[in-house]
Amino acid sequence: MIEIKNLHATVDGKEILKGVDLTIRPGEVHAIMGPNGAGKSTLSYVLAGRDGYEVTDGSVTYYGKDLLAMEPEERAAEGVFLAFQYPVEIPGVGNTTFLKTAINAIRKYRGEKELDAMQFLKLIREKTKALGMSDEMLKRAVNVGFSGGEKKRNETLQMAVLEPKFAILDETDSGLDIDALKIVAEGVNALRSPERSMLVITHYQRLLDYIVPDHVHVLAAGRIVKSGDKELALELEKNGYRDFGVSEAA
Amino acid sequence: MTAQHSPLHPMTYSTRGADPATAPAFLAPLDQVGAGLPGSGLSWLTDLRAAGRERFVAVGLPTIKNESWRYTNLRDLAKIGFRPASPAAATIDLLPTVRAEGQDGPRLVFVDGRFRADLSSIEGLPPGVELLSIAAALTSHTDLLADHIGRLAVADDRPLVALNSAYLADGPVLHVPAGIQVERPIELVFVSVGSEAQATSCHPRSLLIAEAGSKAVVVEHHVGRGAGTTLSNHVTEVFVGEGATLHHYKSQREGGGAIHLSHIAATVATGGCYDNFILTTGAKLSRNEVVSRLDGTDARTHVSGGYLVRSTQHADTTTLIVHAKPNGTSREVYKGVIGDTARAVFQGKITVCPDAQKTDGYQLNRALLLSDGAEIDSKPELEIHADDVKCSHGCTAGELDDDALFYLRARGIDRDTAQGLLIGAFLSESLEEIAEESIRDAFQGIVAGWLEEQK
Repeated sequence: MIEIKNLHATVDGKEILKGVDLTIRPGEVHAIMGPNGAGKSTLSYVLAGRDGYEVTDGSVTYYGKDLLAMEPEERAAEGVFLAFQYPVEIPGVGNTTFLKTAINAIRKYRGEKELDAMQFLKLIREKTKALGMSDEMLKRAVNVGFSGGEKKRNETLQMAVLEPKFAILDETDSGLDIDALKIVAEGVNALRSPERSMLVITHYQRLLDYIVPDHVHVLAAGRIVKSGDKELALELEKNGYRDFGVSEAA
Repeated sequence: MTAQHSPLHPMTYSTRGADPATAPAFLAPLDQVGAGLPGSGLSWLTDLRAAGRERFVAVGLPTIKNESWRYTNLRDLAKIGFRPASPAAATIDLLPTVRAEGQDGPRLVFVDGRFRADLSSIEGLPPGVELLSIAAALTSHTDLLADHIGRLAVADDRPLVALNSAYLADGPVLHVPAGIQVERPIELVFVSVGSEAQATSCHPRSLLIAEAGSKAVVVEHHVGRGAGTTLSNHVTEVFVGEGATLHHYKSQREGGGAIHLSHIAATVATGGCYDNFILTTGAKLSRNEVVSRLDGTDARTHVSGGYLVRSTQHADTTTLIVHAKPNGTSREVYKGVIGDTARAVFQGKITVCPDAQKTDGYQLNRALLLSDGAEIDSKPELEIHADDVKCSHGCTAGELDDDALFYLRARGIDRDTAQGLLIGAFLSESLEEIAEESIRDAFQGIVAGWLEEQK
């Protein structure tokens, strides 16, 4: 279980999160919606442990542990996975090398035996096939020259391979056309399980047609101002975020 | 052969930045060993040594007032009081190699500048190819030496070449006759042993000759096996004949007490190719000078490398590519990684002579700074006297990409491993310049070892 309590965070001295409270139980999919600048991406970076995001108050308890005290790699090994809004291009580091290093780092942390080249290849073939990814994408450098859709598929592949307990999907729909969105959503849905929780961060309701959440929250001005079920997302689609004191031309 | 021992490319005489006061400390020991140097009956050689000595007496060590030495200060060397290394029969095990285990091939080993026949082998060389020590060649190949030594590495403007000539006694000679292709890499191993009680110096000279239409691959290893302070002042002269190709790869991974000074001077004839790559990871102070002259048309040269320094290391790379004739191509890709309070210097100059139309020159130096105390001094220079040329250069210094680092860590990869992946990726652009796959792999292994120690 993930319990976020009264979470305050600043970026460059400016307070962005102003007391976020959220509890996510195993198997649940929560969506966080909100206007630009509400603090959606800040929340995802704070949970993943990025430098430059300073927590000034509150706590995040992750299966009984203090998540905020962990290094990013420890969080990942404990099962936290952030699917990036803008996956980073890393020239010179092969996608396969990257995936193998990551999976073995996490296995080592969990006290599992590292995969050898053959075992790894078998696993990766299986997962790429399910996501409709080509072998060629594995041979290239991490995200270099990937289209928007390929980058998001690569994120989904990493999620499938690393098998997190808690996946945060940050604006996974941005930059995707409808076909790519469907493929990525199918990949994500295949990973839904009673042990795995997800936090889906999105500006638009569109994504939630494909990844249907159990709970929907509205994040505005650094706080969760309303919670409900998937109907709330439809309501927001119709009325926008005006009801939450935000005027927006979107 | 030339009756007068004249350099191929005379240089202008300059005493700018001279510091003659530093000369005696280096030359006094020569009075004791001088008479014992091999080849004392050869007048060209005694002349060359005397000229080197005379020049060094006049100028001493280069100082930072000399434009080419602005960023590398040798002042403290004069205070150390080096003695010439004695040709001791030190036991050397685990010689470095790029060969797979169990594979052998031609190899010459020099310990503190002196040839060690017991560790060397010339097996596997095609007939006609000569690989031997200068000390031996002074008896058996005097004409070959007289024709080549001192013709490219000129003492006038280079005090350290002068000092090397004054002490000239030993080093490797490779002669590949016309049309012969040597497939197996030829390894030249230089081991600094020195002594813990006394700082020692040696001044090896290398001579590499690839005649017309020939091909060879030379791999140099410079390693340390002692804890003392050692100075290696190495000069290499390289002759690449018409249509010949010489790949020349060098790994300098001497110990923390080593000072490594090297000057490589190459000339490339019509249609020839001189391909040089230097990987620097060792020595507390190093300077690699590479001068590659395209003296024939349609000639090519690659002058690339990588430098990885940390702690308080200082590594200087100073290159000069001279396009003397038309249709030449030069390519230079240097990448450096600098940690702690280490300092690196990159000075890369390309000169295009008036005659050298249709020159294509490319130069790149990128440095990665791993700490706030790390420093790179980078000075690219283009001097173009022809109008129909294509020359470009790029030069950057930066830090590790925070976004990439976080991305890797967010996937469970610890900080050190993530940094290692990114540094390795950064360096790969220069390592890819190594055309020979087995050697590229071996050099990548050296980089991996360095990264492992970085953790």
